[in-house]
Parts: sequence; structure tokens; C-alpha cells
Amino acid sequence: MKRGGFLASTVVGFARALSRALMSEEIAHQPGLLQSLDPRVRVIGLFALVLAVTLSRKLAVVLALFLAAMMIALFSRVSIGILAKRVWLVVLAFTGVIALPAIFITPGNPVATFAGGSLRITAQGVATAVLLLARAETAVTFTTLLILCTPWAHALKALRFFRLPQEAIAMMAMTHRYIFLLIETAGQMLESRQSRTVGRLPAAEQRRMTARTAGVLLNKSIALSNDVYLAMQSRGFRGEVRILSDFRMRSWDYVGLLAFLCAGSIAVWIGR
Amino acid sequence: MALLFELQDVGFEYDRIPALRGLSLQIAEGESVALLGANGSGKSTLLRILDALYFPSKGSTSFCGQRLTPELLNQDGFALSFRRRVALVFQNPDVQLFNPTVFDEVAFGPLQLQWPKEKVPSKVAETLELMGIAHLRDRPPYRLSGGEKKRVALASVIVLDPEVLLLDEPTSTLDPRSQGQIIDLIQEWKGSSKTVISATHQLEIVEDIASRIVVLEEGKVAATGTPAEILSNHELLLRANLVHAHRHSHGTLAHSHPHLHSHSKHEHEH
Repeated sequence: MKRGGFLASTVVGFARALSRALMSEEIAHQPGLLQSLDPRVRVIGLFALVLAVTLSRKLAVVLALFLAAMMIALFSRVSIGILAKRVWLVVLAFTGVIALPAIFITPGNPVATFAGGSLRITAQGVATAVLLLARAETAVTFTTLLILCTPWAHALKALRFFRLPQEAIAMMAMTHRYIFLLIETAGQMLESRQSRTVGRLPAAEQRRMTARTAGVLLNKSIALSNDVYLAMQSRGFRGEVRILSDFRMRSWDYVGLLAFLCAGSIAVWIGR
Repeated sequence: MALLFELQDVGFEYDRIPALRGLSLQIAEGESVALLGANGSGKSTLLRILDALYFPSKGSTSFCGQRLTPELLNQDGFALSFRRRVALVFQNPDVQLFNPTVFDEVAFGPLQLQWPKEKVPSKVAETLELMGIAHLRDRPPYRLSGGEKKRVALASVIVLDPEVLLLDEPTSTLDPRSQGQIIDLIQEWKGSSKTVISATHQLEIVEDIASRIVVLEEGKVAATGTPAEILSNHELLLRANLVHAHRHSHGTLAHSHPHLHSHSKHEHEH
């Protein structure tokens, strides 16, 4: 297989695997630490930790929160391997691009110089970039844990409990399904294209084809997700999420909520 | 029989491309109707209008004497009562399956329509048994075969026990055995007080699923009649693109004639 084709299939393959894992909610239905807590506690607790991550200015505190995220993942039976491959590497790639210039442009004590001294890496620049990366990795890990360990309908119902408007909930419900459809459609289009392509196309033709494919993909997935919304409406969905189980706070949930809020407050206090 | 749906001069467009053009139709309570038409004749659009998912850009649609408008469907009381009474099975089962498991999928409708929660699990289990998909209850719907998906999509609507069933190509993509089972189910509803409106282009099943046929052609009603009347009108079927001219030769004599199969009689004219 050509390198470009291999890369595209790998990216789509990863995205498909992740979206299917989210759709099937296998992890959310396993017994585990997060799964044992009321969905409202999970939503408040993990958002509190995300807030603490974004407010902390000290790397040590952010790293401590990252360690806490790993411990929560282990006790909630979320594979560290899955997090590393499907979350941390992706965040590293995207945030790395944003963080990299900070190494050079932040004023401070130079630790290395290039191009006759015109390009300098500063200690403060490295610290800024590492803090940015650590914050992004930790915040995304907490958010991923919430998504993986909470059935989507429960998460939406929990958000509704916090008075989020029905329209916002309906949009989130659709976004969830839309992402899945977009990835599935992209995978099918890639397979169909590969089955009809022989040899290597010139670069300009490849760019044109990619642009056309992106446009068609967007239109197809929007049309499909519109139909999904109609199908939801047809069976009575009006933005209010209704599920079989009722939320009930037990003493264990209060302990969990207290632990989350204390950890978040301490992190903000020490990391200010 | 009381009048259920009344459509007067209904027009509908997709981005200025007309799908329905001045369509008028009446459907009575307890009727079983097949909307017969070629691809693009407006069958699916019509079903969506009957389910008040789309609203006509011209003309009007009434249900039990009440004109269906977006404002009316925005009223909680009416929307709840309408959705409890009328249900649609989409042509593409993938658009209807958005829950993590088959059980959740079938339970979605009853929960949204505010059934008592204690009643939902038993009714879902009963429906899964009826549709022969109880063994799939914990499987994610997207991992099922085409036929299984169609059954789950049907189950997700049948569980609601609606008075009016709108079915878009109910047997398309199904293997012959599954097709037979779905036709048996529709025949059962036909014999009950339910109103069943099915859109199809499969001539071979219309006699089994409907007692009245409405032929659609380019977004308009081209003809209505009993299955016997419509299926014997080869000129109409040819014009509506529902049969094709079959060309072949007997020795040196070549000729052509309409080609149609009928499921119940297995008529194959040559």
C-alpha cells in the first residue's frame, strides 16, 4: 500500500475504533471507580479537575493532577495503552504544533542557540511549552475519562440537571451521533476510493480529489445526521433526555463529590 | 371509516427541486395503503409529511381534522399524542439506530413518549422476542447485519404499538425469509384496526401488504385503486417506471412486453 494510503487508513482506522468504543459504551458499563459514582458527581467532579488544571500555573501541580487522572483511569478499568495511543499522542501532535514556537519566542535565559545566535531556546520558553502540553494532556484525559466511563444519555441527563437548555442538549446528542456518522462515512469513502485507484496520482490531482471528497463527505454526513434527528423526533425526542434509571445520590456519591472538589480546590490553591 | 389523513394540493421542494407537486390524497382509519412509485417519485417525502417531520411548502395536511403545522407540533400535548399514535420506519435503518445497544434502541421510543418506566423493560423484551432478535439485545446496532438492523428498526417502532404505521420500503435489503416474516407481520396489522401505509416499488409484495394502492409519479398521484386494478394496468406501470419492457426472442421472432413478478401468484409473463 502507498504511504499516503497507509497513513489515511491508519488515521481513519483509529478514529473508527475510538468512535465505536464510545458508541458501544463498553467501558461505561464495566464496574469501576468512576462508573460507581452518580453521573452528576462524575460531571461536576471531572469538570472541577479540568478547571483546576487550567487555573494551575505550577507544572508540579499539573503533573500531580495528571498522575491523579492515571490513577482514576486504572481504578475505572480504562486501559492506559488506549489513552496513550488514542488520546495522549493525538494531543501531543496538535498541542505540540502550538507549543513549539513558545520555546523560541519566550524571552528569558538561553539554554541553546542556533543559526549564529539568531534563534534561541530559552529556559522560560521550554517551561511555558511543557506547562501548555501538560495542561492540555491532563485536561483532555479527564474529559476522555468522563466520556468513556459515562453512557452518553446519562451524561446528557446529568447536564440537563444543571439547567443546560434543551436545545443545547439536543445539539450535543446530535453532535455525538454526527461525529460517528462522519467517521464511518469517511472510512467507507476511503475504502471505496482505494478500491478504484491504481498507481499514484499527481500531487495536484490528489489535492483536488481530497477537496472534493471533503465536500461530499460533509454533505453526506450532514444529510445523514439530519435524518437521524428526524428519526429521533419521530419517536418522540424533544430535547429532553429520558433514561430508564433514575439518578439517586448515595453516601458514596457524596464522598466522591467531596474528594473531587477538595482535590480541585487544593490544586488551585497550591498552583496559583 | 373516519378520515385520518387529508392532503390537499401538497407541494414540497428540496433546494428548489420539487419532490411533491400538488398531491391530494385521503386515507381513512384502518386502511392499508401501498404508496407505489419508482425511485424519486416522492414516496419517502410523502411519508415524512404524514409523520409531520416535514411540512408542505404549498397546500395542507390534516390529521383527524387538525391541520399539521410546525406550531402545532411544537405544542407538547399535541406532539406527545401525535407521536404516540403515528410512527415511521425509515428506509435506511442506520438513521434509526443511534443507541449503544439494541435494548436501548427499542426502549428509546417508549421512554421519550413518557411510558411508565416499570412497563418499559418487559414491553421491550416482548417486542425483541416477537421480532426474533432477543439474542441481539446487548449488541451495538451498528455491528448487526443489514437484515438484523432492519428488524431492530422495525422493533423500535412496533414496541410503541402505534395506531398508524408508516413504513418506508419495509422489505428492501432483506433476504427472502426475512421479507416473508415482515410481510406476515404487516398482514397481521392489516387484519387489525391499525392503519398501515407502506412505501414501496416492489410490485410483488403490494397485494400482500395493502388493500389500496396509490401510484405516485413525479410527485403526484397518478392513479389509485385495488391491487388487482393497478397491477393489471400495464400501461400505467410502464409509464410510472414500475415495470420495464422485456425484450427477447423466440427463435427468429423478437418481441418485447412488460416484465413483472407477483409474489403471491408468482406471475411471470412471457
